[in-house]
Amino acid sequence: MDSALIPNGVRRCSLGKFLVSLSIVGAVLLWGVYAMFLCWFKGLNQTNMNDYYGFALWIWADLAVIALGGGAFFSGFLKYLVGKDELKHIINYAVLIGFICYSSALLILAIDIGQPLRGWFIFWHANVHSMLTEVAFCLSCYFAVLTIEYIPLILENRQINRFPLFHHLAHNMHEVMAVFAATGAFLSFFHQGSLGGVAGVLFGRPFAYREGLFIWPWTFFLFTWSAAAYGPCFTLLITKITEAVTGKKLVKDNVIELLAKISGWMMTTYIIAKIIDTLYWANVTAPSRGFNLMDFYSNNSFYGIWILIAEIVIGGVIPAIILITPNGRKNPAARTVAIILAVIGVCINRWVMVLQVMAVPVMSFDQWALYYPSWQEVATTILPVAYGVILIMISYRYLPIFPQEAELNPIES
Amino acid sequence: MKNEHDHTSTKKFGMVINLDLCTGCGSCMVACMSENNVPFKEDESDKLRSITWMKVYKLTNKRPFPETDICYLPRPCQHCEGHDGHSPCVSVCPATATDYDMNTGIVSQIYTRCFGCRYCMGACPYHARYFNWFDPVWPEGMEKYLNPNVSPRMRGIVEKCSFCYHRYQAAKDKAHLEGRKEIEEGEYQTACTQACPAGAITFGDLNNPDHAVYSLKKDPHAFRLLEKLGTNPKVYYVSSKEWVRKAGDNYLENERPAWK
Repeated sequence: MDSALIPNGVRRCSLGKFLVSLSIVGAVLLWGVYAMFLCWFKGLNQTNMNDYYGFALWIWADLAVIALGGGAFFSGFLKYLVGKDELKHIINYAVLIGFICYSSALLILAIDIGQPLRGWFIFWHANVHSMLTEVAFCLSCYFAVLTIEYIPLILENRQINRFPLFHHLAHNMHEVMAVFAATGAFLSFFHQGSLGGVAGVLFGRPFAYREGLFIWPWTFFLFTWSAAAYGPCFTLLITKITEAVTGKKLVKDNVIELLAKISGWMMTTYIIAKIIDTLYWANVTAPSRGFNLMDFYSNNSFYGIWILIAEIVIGGVIPAIILITPNGRKNPAARTVAIILAVIGVCINRWVMVLQVMAVPVMSFDQWALYYPSWQEVATTILPVAYGVILIMISYRYLPIFPQEAELNPIES
Repeated sequence: MKNEHDHTSTKKFGMVINLDLCTGCGSCMVACMSENNVPFKEDESDKLRSITWMKVYKLTNKRPFPETDICYLPRPCQHCEGHDGHSPCVSVCPATATDYDMNTGIVSQIYTRCFGCRYCMGACPYHARYFNWFDPVWPEGMEKYLNPNVSPRMRGIVEKCSFCYHRYQAAKDKAHLEGRKEIEEGEYQTACTQACPAGAITFGDLNNPDHAVYSLKKDPHAFRLLEKLGTNPKVYYVSSKEWVRKAGDNYLENERPAWK
């Protein structure tokens, strides 16, 4: 029924099957939307946050999706500025995933503020000293860039592309995409970094605080670096999931392996920097404020030293080693394990830099505070996931997201 | 945050709290809530959502009987100066909804500008900032007893101790009407200071040698909370007990506190 909208040379499931799948994910989306309206109309008392946990699940989700969405800017940087032309076969999907991640982050932020109608104050009454101000400006601008990068894809839909205006517009936008890729890389450097700075500048919180370069704490650079390193892994992971769901090979192995290799080397350099940062923090920064490393990982029922090991070794060193080794990244099973571990690793890093910062007592007579999210927080965090799945389903069905799909999956007449 | 006035004439309001005198009665907390229209809920059992601009902590020396000792420590906002007014919370607020006043040393909170991101709460190591998780609702008839000089806060924003700033404004107005440029020490006192039955809290201008706090802060047993972090707070504590002074900051094993 909708075959006229489906790209040439590829096969899609029946419209009925598509709509049933869409409605299942849509039901999850509606659950999240219901929770979102509860938070907007009844206030943040719908959450399990409290005065010790002003930042909680939502801020973690924000930081995590922005790090994972880093695949968009870094892939764009590699393709358009470094000249890795093979990546043109996966760049569309990286842009789509980035678009989903960043729009999700903005939505979560809109739910997370106590007075949503005053959200624009962050631009109007901007405090130039605040890392969050920098985040807001760069995030919004980069989302605009991602939208510009996503538009040509929409214009390439078979029916839309029939109109000469849209056809030429899409073509011309592709021609100047390097400019937007460069702008996106520039903006991403700052907002990924300032998200790291959000925790790093907290000199009242010895667990988070880091020294740095000029006004930027080391976490500024580590967050940018880690987003560039781990973001492509998320692009690869979602590609793998999409291939599993559709039952098709969508991107050639040489493209996957190239991105995996670059990601692996970025991860290797990042994790070395992260280990140096951790050692300096544990031996110099924290002790100068009266804290031993183990003060941050003991006397509570959840945050043990295991979380540091899980983040750095299991989610950093191991996937990095697998991906920089030719045999490792060429082996599909090992590669998949590596990208899953990497995604978990960067998510743990963002969790620690938000949730554990809040949990650790600073005053000697204070106590650890632990937290678990309410169902409304969980539902509103799953909401963007459902939204992302829906956008991927629609985009995959009607847009030529994967340029190699027709070649890899020829239709037998 | 630019200082447009002569530094020598600027004030730096602060407190000195004598912990040897504090009995932990909580009068300061009650007076603060009443004076500042601090909202409360029907069920206040979840203390992590209770708004207490002034909060009294109970400290123990963690020693077994008969060496057990306790101390009560009232904790208002510390009105940190940080480095040149970059207190932990002021520097992070993205909408400039909290500010460090170079003329008084008071950290303000602009309720109508705060949009509730709660970054300042995460930045404050003293947990002196509170979020309005609920709409403020007072028992019927109690609205008539609210302080008309302090605006109640709405749901979804952060609030904290203001050193009863409205009292400072009132004292300045009175002085102006009487043709005076300066206010007397007794004309501006916080509600908690006046309510303390033991006289444990002293409030005044830390820069003014005529004010009691000026000399009290120099007590050899005076200390501030978490000085090592560089927050540069303006609330001083005095205790004759070494374990209490040590509890004011974090020390490594075998580390010798600076005041020793």
